[in-house]
Amino acid sequence: MTQPPGDALPTDARPHLPRGVRLVDSAAQGGLVLLAPERVFKPDAIAAEILKRCTGEATLAAIVDELAATYGAPRERVLADVSTLLRSLIDKKLMEL
Amino acid sequence: MDATSPTLLRPLGLLAELTHRCPLGCPYCSNPVALEARADELDTATWARVFAEAAGLGVLQVHLSGGEPAARRDLLEITAAARQAGLYTNLITSAVGLSAERLAGLAQAGLDHVQISIQDSEAASADRIAGYEGAFVRKRALAAAVVQQGLPLTVNAVVHRANIDRIGEMVDQAVALGASRVEIAHVQYYGWAIPNRAMLMPTPEQVERAREHVDELRGRHHGIIVIDAVVPDYYARYPKPCVGGWGRRSLNVTPSGKVLPCHAAESIPGLEFWSVREHSVADIWRHSPAFNAFRGTDWMEEPCASCPRRFEDFGGCRCQAFALLRDARATDPVCHLSPHHGLLSELAGERREAAYVYRRHTPTPAHATAQGDRD
Repeated sequence: MTQPPGDALPTDARPHLPRGVRLVDSAAQGGLVLLAPERVFKPDAIAAEILKRCTGEATLAAIVDELAATYGAPRERVLADVSTLLRSLIDKKLMEL
Repeated sequence: MDATSPTLLRPLGLLAELTHRCPLGCPYCSNPVALEARADELDTATWARVFAEAAGLGVLQVHLSGGEPAARRDLLEITAAARQAGLYTNLITSAVGLSAERLAGLAQAGLDHVQISIQDSEAASADRIAGYEGAFVRKRALAAAVVQQGLPLTVNAVVHRANIDRIGEMVDQAVALGASRVEIAHVQYYGWAIPNRAMLMPTPEQVERAREHVDELRGRHHGIIVIDAVVPDYYARYPKPCVGGWGRRSLNVTPSGKVLPCHAAESIPGLEFWSVREHSVADIWRHSPAFNAFRGTDWMEEPCASCPRRFEDFGGCRCQAFALLRDARATDPVCHLSPHHGLLSELAGERREAAYVYRRHTPTPAHATAQGDRD
């Protein structure tokens, strides 16, 4: 599923990593790293919490609800933050909906 | 510098040159001109140990390369060992000598990604550049098989004077093949590219057009394919941060087991390289003289030594400084602040139409054997 930039992401989509992109926990590198073709990303704490939930099981809406509840943050703001991250990863072919 | 130094980082990537054997003869091959022999190649078990040690040290990704890695009969076992060590496993292949059946086995063994190089968008020209009749057709077939397996594909389009005007066609082909990423890889002048420099060097006008072309392609293919491209060295104002800094983020293991900070490091005389046959990967990373030779910034001369960019580009490429200035400590002359920067436009101007010097595998074995090298 592709989205024109700027449009809201469908909240019933289930974000997941495409094949060839893996989230691994590396003790030697001090935590979670996202591995992709010729790239390594070290997510910050917030991005890591989002990425951990993008397994293809939970919908975007469910991920946002859970994060908002866990961190006591306004849902709208969480949705905006998660959408920004996902959109940037989708553009880099590091996430699929 | 020693293991306790705060500037010693953990490596992220390991380039495993499984063999220097390759059916192609690309005149810009990054392998050293003195190729290593089959008889000296590491065996399967040693590669498995290297991967496990590298993963323990912090390496996250391994690039199975060569030569042509498929020339190794044990590529399946090697791939499985890399994945079992927990490494993200990337196969860098010419596609010649790798069947769709063998690829399916590699995918099953846990291969994460495949990169296929292409020489041009036109078959006859591509085969002429590769020095191999039929290479173009085989590359397309394997690319299709990669996509069919569901594996992500990167197309590496190596560009130079003979094909740089067809970047658009090459990107279009990569899109049509189903690649998720394409690298516009300007030839870098190391290894076999040095004797071929005058035949490969693009004109300044071509480089400028290529730059505009890539911008336009990125806009057109946004979200469809990721396009990676950098300004070619001889036309740049600042040097590339070669291998992300010497002994900083990556290491390279040669077919015979020597561990190098970068694939061209053996071109610098006087460096002492250690082998995985005698040392662990962690020991080599921390203590081998070659890795410590240009680590950090203490070795730098001016203008690098006081430059605010020294932590970004690390003085550029040591091998290039040596190749062009015979001084591995000098500022990479790609930098416009180097007093020798003018040399690059001079060399780039030395273009000549002549036959390529094709890369051919006729190595002298380190240990003379009766078997020699038959592939």
